[in-house]
Amino acid sequence: MSATASFLKPDLKPRRRLRRGVDLRWLLVAGLVALLTVMPILSLVVIAVSSGPSESWSHLLSTVLPDATRVTILLMIGVAITTGIVGVVTAWLTASFEFPGRRFFSWALVLPLAVPTYIAAYCVTEFLHFTGPVQTAIRDVFGFTSRRDYWFPEIRSLPGAVLILSSVLYPYVFLTVRMVFLMQGRRAADVARTLGAGPLGAFLKVLLPMARPAIAVGVALALMETVNDIGAVEFLGVRTLTFSVYSTWLNRGDLAGATQLALAMLVVIVGLVLLERMARREQRYTLSRGDKAEASRLPLRPAQAGLASLACFLPVAFGFGIPAYILGDYASRRLSQFQNPALWDAVGNTALVASAAGLVTVAAAFLMSYGVRLTRSGRLTALVRLGALGYAVPGTVLAIGVLIPLAAFDNALDAFLRAHFGVSTGLLLSGSGAAIVYACCVRFMAMGYGAMESGFSKLSPNLDHAARTLGHGPGRILGSVLLPLMRPAILTGFMLVFVDSVKELSATILLRPFDFETLATFVYTSASRSAFDDGAVAALLIVLIGILPVIALTRTILKQAA
Amino acid sequence: MTRTTISAATILAAGGLAAFSPAIASAADVNIYTSRQPELIQPVLDAFTEETGLSTATIFIDKGLEQRISAEGANSPADVIMTVDVGALDAAKQAGVTQAVTGEEINELIPAEFQDADHQWFGLTARGRVVYASKDRVDTDQISYKDLASDEWKGRLCTRSGQHQYNVALIAAYIEHYGEDAAREWVTGLRDNLARRPEGGDRDQAKAIFAGECDIALGNTYYVGKMATNEEEPEQKEWANAIKVIMPTFDNGKTHANISGVALAKNAPNRENAVKLMNFLASDEAQRIYAEINFEYPLEQGIPTSDLVKSFGDFQMDDISLSDVASHRGEASRIVDEVSYDGGPQS
Repeated sequence: MSATASFLKPDLKPRRRLRRGVDLRWLLVAGLVALLTVMPILSLVVIAVSSGPSESWSHLLSTVLPDATRVTILLMIGVAITTGIVGVVTAWLTASFEFPGRRFFSWALVLPLAVPTYIAAYCVTEFLHFTGPVQTAIRDVFGFTSRRDYWFPEIRSLPGAVLILSSVLYPYVFLTVRMVFLMQGRRAADVARTLGAGPLGAFLKVLLPMARPAIAVGVALALMETVNDIGAVEFLGVRTLTFSVYSTWLNRGDLAGATQLALAMLVVIVGLVLLERMARREQRYTLSRGDKAEASRLPLRPAQAGLASLACFLPVAFGFGIPAYILGDYASRRLSQFQNPALWDAVGNTALVASAAGLVTVAAAFLMSYGVRLTRSGRLTALVRLGALGYAVPGTVLAIGVLIPLAAFDNALDAFLRAHFGVSTGLLLSGSGAAIVYACCVRFMAMGYGAMESGFSKLSPNLDHAARTLGHGPGRILGSVLLPLMRPAILTGFMLVFVDSVKELSATILLRPFDFETLATFVYTSASRSAFDDGAVAALLIVLIGILPVIALTRTILKQAA
Repeated sequence: MTRTTISAATILAAGGLAAFSPAIASAADVNIYTSRQPELIQPVLDAFTEETGLSTATIFIDKGLEQRISAEGANSPADVIMTVDVGALDAAKQAGVTQAVTGEEINELIPAEFQDADHQWFGLTARGRVVYASKDRVDTDQISYKDLASDEWKGRLCTRSGQHQYNVALIAAYIEHYGEDAAREWVTGLRDNLARRPEGGDRDQAKAIFAGECDIALGNTYYVGKMATNEEEPEQKEWANAIKVIMPTFDNGKTHANISGVALAKNAPNRENAVKLMNFLASDEAQRIYAEINFEYPLEQGIPTSDLVKSFGDFQMDDISLSDVASHRGEASRIVDEVSYDGGPQS
């Protein structure tokens, strides 16, 4: 999966005139799908401009906006640096060296991906709180009785938020970067070493520049999730811009102002992405599959090996170990909940929504990226990339963008059928599971499309040409030639979207049908009563359901790279 | 087109259809959109079904409830809206997704100050926004809301975010009592008394007092009951045990109460059943359940509170109009931003 979201990738090939007929049909199909993914963002734009500049702006500008902007920027810088370093170093270690536990870590390092940010925030805070195991042990050892007797770092702070978010988001960087190292890196590093570079020199001079596009993709995903997060930052008392979006909307009843703020943030994200791309426009890194000469993993001296193991152990322990420990502890006192049929309904709903979202997202992404490959239309590419930005919009706000066009469609359809056929369809899509699946597709299109695009980029256009000279049309080429070759990319896209959909909360809450619970909403109803502990069993199940595809994903990638 | 396109389209369609199936079984005799946690209203709904034979279906939505109903328009299945905060009830009214109910039992049973002036919403239960104080470190048993901003409490106060609806409603009530300028000064004073940046929920404030991080905190009454009776996490009993409840007062000697409430949805398809449910929610039976299970104060006159709640002391519910309070919530929310309350203590 060398590029989860390569919407960042420059389009280097020259444009080509459309062949009329066949290609035009593909342009239409891909364009239609792309329009559907962009629609929620468009409807937010409509809400934002409908009322002109909101009064909230002058209020926000003179009060919380400067500080919220500062906090958000610092949080983003912190998460970018931390996920970047942790992701790259662990990917480098597991790909290039032999040390105790390497095999284990090469998949365990992905596990934190299954832990939602809001659950991580809660668990780490519990773990390090006055009443948690760490401080209790400190008090027992030193004989302290009150929090005022000793100093302990405050986890509910900006640095704490950086640490917690990074601890579950670094796997995006780890996954994208490791793929590069595995496919190309070891041989490149071998070459560098024959030219006299040490392992560190090879890393800094060859591997790191080579991995830069992959680092950018992984960090961009981590940052988008950081920007859309509300659960974790609210719990940690870190006032980001997203927090202001919600207080503007909910406490001051100004949805338009909130939407304007959310879209302004989106523009900044787009700016960052473009900036990074411009900065490396002159550089090109081609990932060819090449021959599969087995490169060697360097053995490490015992002290170094110990350090390497530790460096891989810490992220796993922090991002997965602590949440698993805290959730397991609470769950162990609530074993009776496992007999609650409502919980198992929620498991079923979660699996259903996540599988449907995975399937639909990947199918849509596949159609769009094939359309782009076939037509090389600049406008289509821009539209598709815009659709992949849904990930950076706060979930509940995006859900409003999903809800409004769906409900409008339902009502129009109902009115039309009533008028002409005397049949009422009521609300067909909004308020159904389909609305949730649609929202998940839009939110997580970055994952699905990124996987497809990077998959297609590994297939030489010569394949298409060769098949065409044999007289096959684009559809036939797709079926008999490209689809089988794309299987790993399809699997990767599916599993990434699946894992994220299992964790999805905010859009599900707003769009769900009657008496419909997923595991995430189960956790949330407990948390909103300030009784997170009661949701521990459901939270644990979220992590467990997420782990399965994460492990499968790792196996697919390792096999692909081998 | 070709087989592949067809199969891709089939996957799209199948995925969509698979997602439909949970949606089909929905609508009951009364459909409830609620921002109250389902577990808290389920016992009352069960009692309603038992008495009337009418089934209920619920959707729990805490952000964007009125946007959803408003987007669904004339086809909305929503019959009844239930929320936990007077601000949320007012927001539903302002969004135009409610309708008036008049001449029904609920109009008689619920006191006028807990109803919307236009009968668009009705309070059902009240919860006091009170002070949790350390049993060990706080001697007094009396305090006014104004006092909370005095120097005596410097570095000793903990609260959740000032932007949380419970705090916004309290500040809005303060505005109604003393005006906006006085409220700004008060919130500034509270900010300067904070021991730490606002964070967590109400229970976390009790926990912070237990941990010695602060001596007083703002919290809702029912959380004390929930903590004191938490069998799964007995640790929370210790938090409840570390604090005492003080009923703070305004100049009229009364304590700020927020409400949970109910409204009739504008396009309710089952209007008659919906009104039945609303009347039931205001009845003796439902009010008793609320009082006993949820540790809330019933709003119907003459229904006793639970023994545990009685132990908090006499609760003199503020009798200013909650509609008026709700009208100040925008100002209240802006004040929180203006004084950077959530930024925590300044010095």
